Amino acid sequence: MGRVGTVFAVAGALGAAAAGSARAAVTRRRAASNHPSRGAGTRPRAAMTRRRDAGTRLPAGPDDGRPGHWQVVTIDRSPQEVLPTGARPEPLRRLGDAVEVTVRPAPGDRGTELAARPVPGAAWPGLAAHLLGDDPALLVRRTLWQVKQLAEAGEQLRADRPPYERTEPDGTWLPPPDRPAG
Amino acid sequence: MRALCWTSGGELAVRQVPDPELRNEHDVIVQVRRSATCGADLPLLAGRVTGLAADDVLGHEFVGDVVEVGPAVRRHRVGDRVVVCASVACGGCWYCRQGLPSCCDNGSTEPAEAEAEWGHPVAGGFGQPRAAGGFAGSHAEYVRVPYADFGAFTVPEAVGDDRALFASDAAPAGWMGAEGGEVRPGDVVAVWGAGAVGQLAARSAWLLGADRVVVVDRHPARLLMARQHSGAETIDLRHTDVAAELRELSGGRGPDVCVEAVGGLAAEHRSLADRFTGRTRMPEAIREAVYACRKGGNVFVLNSGARFVDAFPTGAAVHKGLTVRGARQHGQRYIPMLLDRMARGELRTEHLATHHFPLERAVEGYALFRDRPEECLRAVFTPQEPHSPPGDTAVRVA
Ligand SMILES: NC(=O)c1ccc[n+]([C@@H]2O[C@H](COP(=O)([O-])OP(=O)(O)OC[C@H]3O[C@@H](n4cnc5c(N)ncnc54)[C@H](O)[C@@H]3O)[C@@H](O)[C@H]2O)c1
Ligand SMILES: [Zn+2]
Ligand SMILES: [Zn+2]
Repeated sequence: MGRVGTVFAVAGALGAAAAGSARAAVTRRRAASNHPSRGAGTRPRAAMTRRRDAGTRLPAGPDDGRPGHWQVVTIDRSPQEVLPTGARPEPLRRLGDAVEVTVRPAPGDRGTELAARPVPGAAWPGLAAHLLGDDPALLVRRTLWQVKQLAEAGEQLRADRPPYERTEPDGTWLPPPDRPAG
Repeated sequence: MRALCWTSGGELAVRQVPDPELRNEHDVIVQVRRSATCGADLPLLAGRVTGLAADDVLGHEFVGDVVEVGPAVRRHRVGDRVVVCASVACGGCWYCRQGLPSCCDNGSTEPAEAEAEWGHPVAGGFGQPRAAGGFAGSHAEYVRVPYADFGAFTVPEAVGDDRALFASDAAPAGWMGAEGGEVRPGDVVAVWGAGAVGQLAARSAWLLGADRVVVVDRHPARLLMARQHSGAETIDLRHTDVAAELRELSGGRGPDVCVEAVGGLAAEHRSLADRFTGRTRMPEAIREAVYACRKGGNVFVLNSGARFVDAFPTGAAVHKGLTVRGARQHGQRYIPMLLDRMARGELRTEHLATHHFPLERAVEGYALFRDRPEECLRAVFTPQEPHSPPGDTAVRVA
């Protein structure tokens, strides 16, 4: 594994297929014709259309009955590191069967291409449904970036809490316990 | 703690804000010794960049002492004197591992949203609008530093605070302009802008073996400094035909490498359309550089405030076979080498810290930096210095 052109897929079913290793989920042919960034010959139909009229933005989304665009991130780690147990990594797992997922080694030793797209008409599991908003693609994309950040940086970066989030009911904020306020 | 905050409507004020807290395992908290103004802040103050919220703390060039350490930090401990790279990068993504940390994929807390601005997320930054990651700035008593093992560097004993301070941003930016422009021994190098960044680009070009370095600006005092400290010749653009002068100084060939390190222009006139599109009017220096540059030469653009620029001389770039590049500085790659050079005395920067202010007078410092560039090259704030009693002091700066 790891050679360019070797594709191993964690197809939509993988969420359920927590049983068995990632290797067991390898479905070479299917993945090759499914993965968004393969050569033209193996491109899924939507991607081919997209390529021909590169200037037009296709109306894509789960509601028109067609799958939306693939959202893809490249993670600078091997597929084994990204999916050590073969199961979908958190927080991608939270999206359940509402998304289809594929994984393959990125060309040029650049790690792993992790792709996901909403399944048309699928129900979003509880928490995901809560976060969905009106743009499923954004939730998918955001989730992929989180998987990537966890794998590469070892943590999910958090912003500083702005003062207004730290305001106490009496209008003051609490300084940390062991350091006097300046 | 006390901090210089953006209030709203173009006002700055020194205010009482909550102390920073550790938010990630790789964070440290730094008690700030020195924090400097930067030309890159001026567009923020001019209201050119939106996205700052009330009480956001400004400042991104700083040196200080580690006072708290996250559980996953390996390279730093409490008490370390560190200089921190102005941009926030993870150290673990492909870009960081390729030596392009300012292109880091994981410098933002919301990479998917950050894609909107440039097409891809880039490294985060301190004291910037939220889209740059949401990291409070360093014009404060304390600042939180994410990814501290990658972005904070212990300062050698021999390097004083006013020297180390410039390793945060201005020195790596200047170095990158020269190195990225591929300066070679014997080259003629022209630098537009005699701010700290331009002067350090000029000095870096010298260190890389340039035969002749020419700095272009409109402020005589800044040009004088470039002559005295960077070994540069200078051109005062107010009185000279810059292109003709550069041709003369380069045997008619044109400079081999042109570095654009221009900033300022905070008070320029901007039409409503400019405000709407975010277009800025700073193309002259880039245009001049493209025309002046010798055939096949390199133009390196450091000006991070130029968002959209019209009338770019594409034809000249094509017909002369130029390479035009730009970047935000890759500090994590350059800082150890720069600190070494600082320790050896090859790179001195103290003269660039022209004014020191206690943090309480930071508003005044910014006003001076913005309004009197001929006098003030960098205002440096010293939060550990005793200050007058707390109380909100707001001064209008825009
Ligand atoms: N790429 C990076 O990583 C990076 C890092 C720091 C700063 N910067 C950028 O570098 C630039 C310089 O920073 P600084 O802190 O030295 O700024 P500064 O404001 O102190 O200095 C800028 C200088 O440019 C001069 N200038 C303006 N128009 C000019 C022109 N047409 N020709 C020649 N000179 C001209 C000004 O007179 C001024 O002296 C800024 O745009 C800043 O945003 C980039
Ligand atoms: Zn700066
Ligand atoms: Zn990175």
